[in-house]
Amino acid sequence: MLLSTMILLPVLVAVVLVSLPGVDAARARLLALVTTVVEFVLGLMLWQGFDNAGQAFQFVEYVPLFEPYFAWHLGIDGIALMLILLSVFLMPLCILASWESVQKRVPEYMAAFLIMESLMIGTFAARDIFLFYVFFEAGLIPMFLIIGIWGGARRIYASYKFFLYTLLGSVLMLVAMIYMVGEVGSTDIGVLSTHDFDPGVQFWLFLAFFASFAVKMPMWPVHTWLPDAHVEAPTAGSVILAGVLLKLGGYGFVRFSLPMFPDASAQLIWLVLGLSMVAVVYTSLVALVQNDMKKLIAYSSVAHMAFVTAGLFALNTQGIEGSLVMMLSHGLVSGALFLCVGVVYDRLHTREISRYGGLADTMPRYALLLLFFTMASVGLPATSGFVAEFLVLLGLYQTSSWATFVMTTGIILGAAYMLWLYRRIAFGAAAADDTRAMPDLSVREIAILLPITAAVLWMGISPKAFQEPMKPAIASIVARLDGRQLATVPTDMTLTPGLPALAAPAAAAEAHH
Amino acid sequence: MNPTFASILTAGPELVLTIGSLLTLMLGTFLGQDKALKPLTYVAVFILAIAGWAVLKAPAETVVAFDGLYIADSFSAFLKVLILAAAAASMLLALPYLGESRTGRFEYPVLLMLATLGMTMMVSANDLLSLYVGLELQSLAAYVLAAFHRGESKSSEAGLKYFVLGALASGILLYGITLVYGFAGATGFDAIHDVLAGQGERSLGVLIGLVFILSGLAFKISAVPFHMWTPDVYEGAPTPVAAFFSAAPKAAAMGLLVRVLVSAFGPMALDWQQIVVFLSVASMILGAVAAIGQTNIKRLLAYSSIANIGFALVGLSAASPQGIEALLFYVAVYLAMTLGTFLVVLQLRRADGEAVELLSDLSGLSKARPALAAAMAIFMFSLAGIPPLLGFWPKFAVFQAAIVAGMVPLALLGFVTSVVAAYYYLRVVKVMYFDEPGVAVTSDGGRTNGVMIAAAALFCSPLGMLAMTPIVAAAGRASASLFLR
Repeated sequence: MLLSTMILLPVLVAVVLVSLPGVDAARARLLALVTTVVEFVLGLMLWQGFDNAGQAFQFVEYVPLFEPYFAWHLGIDGIALMLILLSVFLMPLCILASWESVQKRVPEYMAAFLIMESLMIGTFAARDIFLFYVFFEAGLIPMFLIIGIWGGARRIYASYKFFLYTLLGSVLMLVAMIYMVGEVGSTDIGVLSTHDFDPGVQFWLFLAFFASFAVKMPMWPVHTWLPDAHVEAPTAGSVILAGVLLKLGGYGFVRFSLPMFPDASAQLIWLVLGLSMVAVVYTSLVALVQNDMKKLIAYSSVAHMAFVTAGLFALNTQGIEGSLVMMLSHGLVSGALFLCVGVVYDRLHTREISRYGGLADTMPRYALLLLFFTMASVGLPATSGFVAEFLVLLGLYQTSSWATFVMTTGIILGAAYMLWLYRRIAFGAAAADDTRAMPDLSVREIAILLPITAAVLWMGISPKAFQEPMKPAIASIVARLDGRQLATVPTDMTLTPGLPALAAPAAAAEAHH
Repeated sequence: MNPTFASILTAGPELVLTIGSLLTLMLGTFLGQDKALKPLTYVAVFILAIAGWAVLKAPAETVVAFDGLYIADSFSAFLKVLILAAAAASMLLALPYLGESRTGRFEYPVLLMLATLGMTMMVSANDLLSLYVGLELQSLAAYVLAAFHRGESKSSEAGLKYFVLGALASGILLYGITLVYGFAGATGFDAIHDVLAGQGERSLGVLIGLVFILSGLAFKISAVPFHMWTPDVYEGAPTPVAAFFSAAPKAAAMGLLVRVLVSAFGPMALDWQQIVVFLSVASMILGAVAAIGQTNIKRLLAYSSIANIGFALVGLSAASPQGIEALLFYVAVYLAMTLGTFLVVLQLRRADGEAVELLSDLSGLSKARPALAAAMAIFMFSLAGIPPLLGFWPKFAVFQAAIVAGMVPLALLGFVTSVVAAYYYLRVVKVMYFDEPGVAVTSDGGRTNGVMIAAAALFCSPLGMLAMTPIVAAAGRASASLFLR
């Protein structure tokens, strides 16, 4: 019942917020904050009650409500648990971040966020493939409204682009889902994940799912909706978008593409790794030349997501684990970075990098926290980013050393654009008097950023608590992938113990199995 | 029992409607023009309710009456309930509108009831001749309704246009019927089925007859390429009439089309499947693309109804019990969505008292009338087929049927056009929620309409998914009764 409660509670509160006449802005904020905090507590209870050594899926609920099409079937493994925790952790911070910056239609705004929250939890908790699709797609509606009503100048263009792009990707996936359910005769994700589809069919199914998840991820070249949506969305919208919605793509790959289409995944790693390599270099370079802070961070998100896809399609334990940690880490760090942008945006109402400068003098506390998150984004040891990048590269090296080489340049480029951003904002002289006059962080803003700082450090120094619940789930995925015929990818730099250094590529690939 | 008497009893709903329409016509004449509209509407709704009760009370098994002219089965019962409900809603929703306009005459509920009688006849027709009679009764009433604002040139134009094109379509249909009769030697659906099943090779005459019949019926459901009248008639006809056109007659004509193709021409499924696929694809594409540029809400909804017919036809092109079940489910949900949308439009008045016609009149509605805007947003997202709104599931069902029948390209194309169509539904939401208020919009549609909007919105909202199981089960029984022979 815990999962159902977590899904239904925010929706109920949202309905109350928009339908009761006595709800003014102050009450709406308070009610939303209380609800999200309660959700966070429920999330902690979930974590507490989760048995790392227990069954693969826990907290299972099954109610045959929506016959004949699908059922209310919930349950979580460690991966879903961690992503749900990330969502409920970020939510109260989003509400707090919008406390003062959103003054227009506050009850509706809070309601949209609460609905968003339950849809995200539902997406991660769904065990029925169509229930998953419903939650996955339904998230478009509140996000469309959040961008369109409370967004910036080009909000209408951005909201359309966001909606139609992701919808187009998803319908292809839906066709594949319907086909699969017709083939297997069950809508249970667990049953579908153990069914061996014909490899030829897998190829097309994989591509259909790929169309949806690649857009959601987003992968190059279908990432273009992301900078637009990010730039126009309000701060809290960006946090949710970067923090949780982008994880849906990665989650989809882990939950569907890898276990359901293992042959196709193994055959198509060249596609995913290729796109990831292009993405990491290209978007890093694009991020270097941005004048808009949010856009820069948006492009850095695309680059980080490329690490996630590359790690997943290394198809081994380290790579997948690294990708999942990367998803959590990026959720925290990029969320925090968007919050940091929001802080100065609320003061100066511009995201132009050139309008800032010298904040290390005028806003020392802000500069310190921004420095911390910049370092976390770069992947400095002791932050969560390091754990993630290290594991991904470790896993990827076993599959393709060339890909690892290119991805590593992405880390260097990432350090370049993030540090340069920090230099332009925090060092030097203030661009103008109003920049100099900006007050330092308020207590509320510190209260938003400090929990994320703590979480990033925790995950960076002792990631075990986060990795442990995910291990059995990862092991079962790797077991599904075991022994599949990998596509040949350039791996000249691979060390193959016991064989001559210039072994034939086939022999080198063989040595891995 | 005397067979004629038994037949009349089997056709109970039609009997109620016949007597009822004659009765209301007389009552209206005695009461006089001005005061008769309101009480007569309520009387008419009551009569429709009795007819609905008669439908529901009828035995579940299939009964053929009037020497095979008429059939009462689960299929006809399912559609009759939908038709009666939609017709009753169309009567009620017109009251505030007709009360304001000078043409608020009592004939409106009477004509609607006659059209309803025609429609119930259409879904119960088991012979090409009773089919034609039912269709013409419905069409003649509809022509008059389209021109109901007789003082207005736009309305008269709509009526005339509808009549001329409708007469042409009826002629084509009748020609098809004669061809089929000539080559198959029968007009009864069962007899045609048996003749076709017994034939070794396809008779070209029957094939041509089938194409003509399909063209005539495609006109009635406004499937592309026989859709041209739809936007003009919707725009010109009084808004309540347009609401009526978009709902009940579509359900009736759809049911008729399904029964003709499955019951009579079942053995030629491979032939008509291609035609239906073409109608479906063309309707989906044109409905999605042509609506993008529309600024008039009624025209927009006309194209939307064309697109929806295309989606529903996907179910028919699967030519399987599952496909028909999906189609019936689609029709049921579509009626709620389209009537709800028209109700919202009817509920709005511009500050100068004129009816709302342009999309831009809705701008900023979410601030002026938040509840109405929310209902409209639900209808739009539902029509666009975004889960978890109910409108997603019928689309899901028809495409599932198509995929199971091996028509994956058709399903893919359908989903892609639904994304294109999502653009213009989103535009309505955008105008209501993102734009600043333009023309002041007031509302004075009355409480009954408000309740109907709330009910339809609730049905289309995620809560409506709870009603999905019984509706699909009923549609499944209806579809099974059609294939049972």
